[in-house]
Amino acid sequence: MEKWRQSETVSRLLDAMLPVYATLAALGVGAVMLLLLGANPLEAFGALLEGAFGSTNALADTVVKATPLLLIGLGICISFRGNVINIGGEGQMIVGALTATALGLAFPESPGIVMIPLAMILGFLGGALWGGIPGALKAYFNVNEILSTIMMNAIAVQLMNFLLSGPMIDPIQAARDSQIPQTARLAAQFDLPRLIPTRLHLGALIAVVLAVAVYFLLWRTTLGYRIRAVGQNPHASRYAGIDVKRQIVFALLLSGAFAGLAGAVQVFGVNHRMITDGSATGFTGSAGFNGIVAALFGQLHPLGTIPASFLFGALLVGANKLQRVVQVPSAVIIALNGLVVVFVVSSEIFRRRREQKRLTDAMISQSEDGPPPDIPAPANVEGTP
Amino acid sequence: MIDQLFTEAVLVGILASGIRLATPYLYASIGETLSQRSGVLNLGVEGQMLLGAFTAFYITFTTGNLWLGVLAAMFVGLLMGLAMAFVTINLQAEQGISGIGFYLFGLGMSDLLFQKMLGTVATVSGFRPIHIPWLSDLPIIGKILFSQNILVYGAYLLVAVTWFVLNKTTLGLKIKAVGESPQAADSLGVSVSRIRYLTVSVGGMLSGLAGASLSIALLNVFQQNMTSGLGFIAVALVYFGGWRPFAVMGGALLFSMVNSLQLWVQVLNIPIPSDFAVMMPYVLTIIALVITVQRVRPPSALTKPFERGH
Repeated sequence: MEKWRQSETVSRLLDAMLPVYATLAALGVGAVMLLLLGANPLEAFGALLEGAFGSTNALADTVVKATPLLLIGLGICISFRGNVINIGGEGQMIVGALTATALGLAFPESPGIVMIPLAMILGFLGGALWGGIPGALKAYFNVNEILSTIMMNAIAVQLMNFLLSGPMIDPIQAARDSQIPQTARLAAQFDLPRLIPTRLHLGALIAVVLAVAVYFLLWRTTLGYRIRAVGQNPHASRYAGIDVKRQIVFALLLSGAFAGLAGAVQVFGVNHRMITDGSATGFTGSAGFNGIVAALFGQLHPLGTIPASFLFGALLVGANKLQRVVQVPSAVIIALNGLVVVFVVSSEIFRRRREQKRLTDAMISQSEDGPPPDIPAPANVEGTP
Repeated sequence: MIDQLFTEAVLVGILASGIRLATPYLYASIGETLSQRSGVLNLGVEGQMLLGAFTAFYITFTTGNLWLGVLAAMFVGLLMGLAMAFVTINLQAEQGISGIGFYLFGLGMSDLLFQKMLGTVATVSGFRPIHIPWLSDLPIIGKILFSQNILVYGAYLLVAVTWFVLNKTTLGLKIKAVGESPQAADSLGVSVSRIRYLTVSVGGMLSGLAGASLSIALLNVFQQNMTSGLGFIAVALVYFGGWRPFAVMGGALLFSMVNSLQLWVQVLNIPIPSDFAVMMPYVLTIIALVITVQRVRPPSALTKPFERGH
């Protein structure tokens, strides 16, 4: 019996480490890629680390870069736990930024202490709208949310391009012949307070606090329980009297809201105005996709997503240094993130296999010497990864 | 202003470029139709297209041989398809998310290779229109249908071939059986994984070809992220067309016509904000999904991994 318990602990530990192994494997493939490109992988990874952690400023930049990933990742934890695949983080982030910025531009005289919370809330609501639409389409019209959220991304980009070159354009630019599509700078009192004398702003703290809040939401509230129940077994949930369609809408709506907040935080904390180069990435820096990567790496656990976002923030910041030192374009990081996603998702098979084995073992030991003390619950039921 | 659209020359222009612009959609969505019919959702199409587009462009740029470019793009797409097949069939990974992973890989990799191997935007002379004797001399129709390049003709031919394979051959029957009821197919001695490997890798190959049709037949340049969502629309078109090749073609034509109209509206300087014009196809996709999804049922085993004895 004692031996069985031990192997149980070991295999849970192995499960928790899976994303780490998967990422190491992806980095291994990345190293081969770097070699083929004629760069020394050790030198490259060294440059990456130095770029991300080498100084206080570098470290602050890493946290600043990690902030939107964490916020979006939290939303991803909610929607993926509800078995709703939200690929619309990019669009939701843009719309959240647009609504928050519009509010800030409309009331430039208001005090920061009033405007900042209001703008964050409006960003949250903007993202909720952009996530809620595909949520409702999935729940009530059976439209595949992966496709609709991707389309909503494209629509959000055009909306941004239209607003920034028309209704929301900087008056200074509007007076010029060659107009840069950007808004005016937001009033200085709206800047999110700096935490230490670097670029590190309040947004990082907000994100960490919200991570704890999302943990409570998912495992300590009925809404969270329902979302997860629907994610695990919609049929059983329906028999248990849960309004499945409604949870689907909530899951995507909340997921979008966090991405929208990420957009508001990005504008008020870092850019202080919106500017577009015509693409989504120009504003988001692909945070909508990288947030998914971070959440998956954090095993869709809000607290696990904190270190995961930090790691991927470091990769993004370090990539610039990597580009300078070993002359490998920073696009390599996007490719690498893609590999991490593929490897992490693929590694799930080992967890499932072990889980099956655990259940069979439990059944065998039950038939041999009475019921075991506790049959291990399947993963994902409890919060601990 | 608007009446400028309704001259014969402009209408012929819109229709002809609509037929031409459907090419990448057709290759990608027909490939996707095959893999979805067998039960695999390949969301990596966009990434496969980007790598295909870069490869075709680079090979053509350096060797001057267009067909070598096409072959190389198909080969790269095939490799990506095989990787996708391995991950979703052998490792039973979640198909939607792993597809996004492959998309990011293709996005980053094509950008990386572009910057490393080309550096700047260049052009090649791509496939030229082939005027089909006699037919291309027909009034109006000749210019619209029979003065296109070879990859355009090939795309429409592929639709017919795929329809034939799916509906008139044993292979087609096996593909559909695997997508509807893998257990039943397996018990009849059909290898589920072999069929899925076939469809997903052919799908990847066709996505690579779709990329090539962009970079060496339609636009004749390569730029970072030049597909900008086209591959995802191609996936949506499969739903739109209810997994039937000719209906998928109808959807592709509808979209490319809207796109072509949008381009001409910009060319003629008609005062509709271009951002809204660009937005049109995406809004249309969502509306189309709402309408069509109610009508047609997807393959039963779509996105479900198959394991023997379950």
